[in-house]
Amino acid sequence: MTEEQIFEDLSPADVYRTAEALRADGYRMVQICGVTREGSTEVLYSFDRDHRLVNYRVDVPFGTSVRSITPVYWAAFVYENEVHDLFGVEFEDSKLDYKGNFFRMSAKTPWKGPEKEVS
Amino acid sequence: MGILKFGGRLLSNMVHKPVTRNYPAEPREYTDRTRGHVEFDPGRCILCNICGKKCPTGSIHMDKAARKLTVDRMLCIQCGYCVDVCPKKCLSMAADYIPPDTEKIIDTYQVPEKPKEEA
Amino acid sequence: MGKRTIVPFGPQHPALPEPVHLDLELEDETVVRAVPSIGYVHRGLEKLTESYDYESMTYVMERVCGICSFGHGWGYTGAVEGLMGVNIPDRAEYLRIVFHELSRVHSHLLWLGLLADGLGFDSLFMHCWRIREKVLDVFEAVTGGRVILSYCKVGGVKKDLTPEMVQRIVSMCDDIEEDMRRTGYVFMKDSSVRNRLCGTGVLSKEDAVELCCVGPVARGSGVDNDVRSASKWYREVGFEPVLYDEGDCWSRCMVRVDEVVQSLNLVRTALRNLPDGDIAVPVKGPAPVGDFAFRVEQPRGEAFYYVQGNGTKNLGRARVRTPTNINIPAMVRTLQGCNLQDVSMLVITIDPCISCTER
Repeated sequence: MTEEQIFEDLSPADVYRTAEALRADGYRMVQICGVTREGSTEVLYSFDRDHRLVNYRVDVPFGTSVRSITPVYWAAFVYENEVHDLFGVEFEDSKLDYKGNFFRMSAKTPWKGPEKEVS
Repeated sequence: MGILKFGGRLLSNMVHKPVTRNYPAEPREYTDRTRGHVEFDPGRCILCNICGKKCPTGSIHMDKAARKLTVDRMLCIQCGYCVDVCPKKCLSMAADYIPPDTEKIIDTYQVPEKPKEEA
Repeated sequence: MGKRTIVPFGPQHPALPEPVHLDLELEDETVVRAVPSIGYVHRGLEKLTESYDYESMTYVMERVCGICSFGHGWGYTGAVEGLMGVNIPDRAEYLRIVFHELSRVHSHLLWLGLLADGLGFDSLFMHCWRIREKVLDVFEAVTGGRVILSYCKVGGVKKDLTPEMVQRIVSMCDDIEEDMRRTGYVFMKDSSVRNRLCGTGVLSKEDAVELCCVGPVARGSGVDNDVRSASKWYREVGFEPVLYDEGDCWSRCMVRVDEVVQSLNLVRTALRNLPDGDIAVPVKGPAPVGDFAFRVEQPRGEAFYYVQGNGTKNLGRARVRTPTNINIPAMVRTLQGCNLQDVSMLVITIDPCISCTER
């Protein structure tokens, strides 16, 4: 179902506040996913209201963390643990943290990108 | 009235044939479009190796020097992509499945040399 | 207050079709807490975009899950078409709707069979699967595959329908509708089914909204977030979401029974109005830099596809969010406070597809 594409950039510090505001507006959380980048991981948050999809791109540099949105949308624990296990992004104050044991994998954070080359 | 309803079903079950087939005695009929296995006609092949490059599971291998094409039957997933991309249409989908076996089947085809003007 | 016991449930369990593990914390016979853990069949299919170009990737995406194979193929190709700015012909859109709705029919019949099996109603299970077989035979005749259809490609669909096939699909729809009238009646009225399902595992409308449920789980609680309502093509064939308000296992079951009949009607309407013309447009060249999100309403609920192009033939990222993924929190919430013997029923009514979830 082709629809209007809305992608907005967001800083990691604003994630929690935005999620709270969206929740108050009656938005439904659709998904959270990670994208492999050099030196950082891009986390994509998608929300939906009345079949209108809004996506937020959050660039999380290696070694920094994002505040978990599980206090707002409890269902987000599935995605946050997935992104944590596959990409190594840390989420603070999670309501249900599996501490890296969500997926049973032989390698730690297999989809994490390479470190940025210092020129 | 439950008994009457059940009675109807009972009668129709007694009169009708079973839905299942008596399998090995009564073989399955394939339709014209069934994707059973890949067939190869070496006569028209130009050794372009597009099928080998595009195969999602890597079941087709081409040795250009020896003019040989091998199909690993156990890796093939019958997706039909090689048939779609073959420029000379020398690959086709045959309707019957390959029979089960205790060994891995790898079919090797020799592509004949072609007179210059034809190629 | 009794002593707390932890009962491990799964990953291998007679009631579970797929590997999910639940730690059930019990107080006497009541579940007080359930902790799900998945990850038994994680395959990392999304990562394969690095080694496959976007066309070959269609065949990988179709194999994310057997039952919703067509939906995954459509979702992925739809997202790539959006990224590349391709408009597919009307006939291809209609054919996709026809096969997507037929997939829904076969998926729901499979699920109804599994539910009947879980109830211990084995003859009903066999009847559901007997009806389902008719859809699979049509799939084989038209697309060549019984379950994995390989019907979608980037730019349209692969095979056209002949007039005889259209006739065959329509007569099959009439046939299944007749069968469903009888079988659906059993799910609706039979006392053994109703005793087991009515009032079990109630998910209130507020909870369904809060937990962001999708698909029949949400619609069984009266929440309409069916993506098909937003589609121009679905509006053309007269789509209306099926909603039940009770929120219990029975209403989730009835949503699916009604959707089978509704999907048959959609298929017939789509075939009646099937436009003439091409079934595919050629798509060539590398995928441009950019991203595209696409959603499809699969039998189990809304599926989300996200692709990111990086200017080469290979995509930078392809993401699938399957419906079960978001329904797991709802399953955990309904499990709290239920009886141990209802756990299997609750897990089944979510229609978990764990292999989808983990990709």
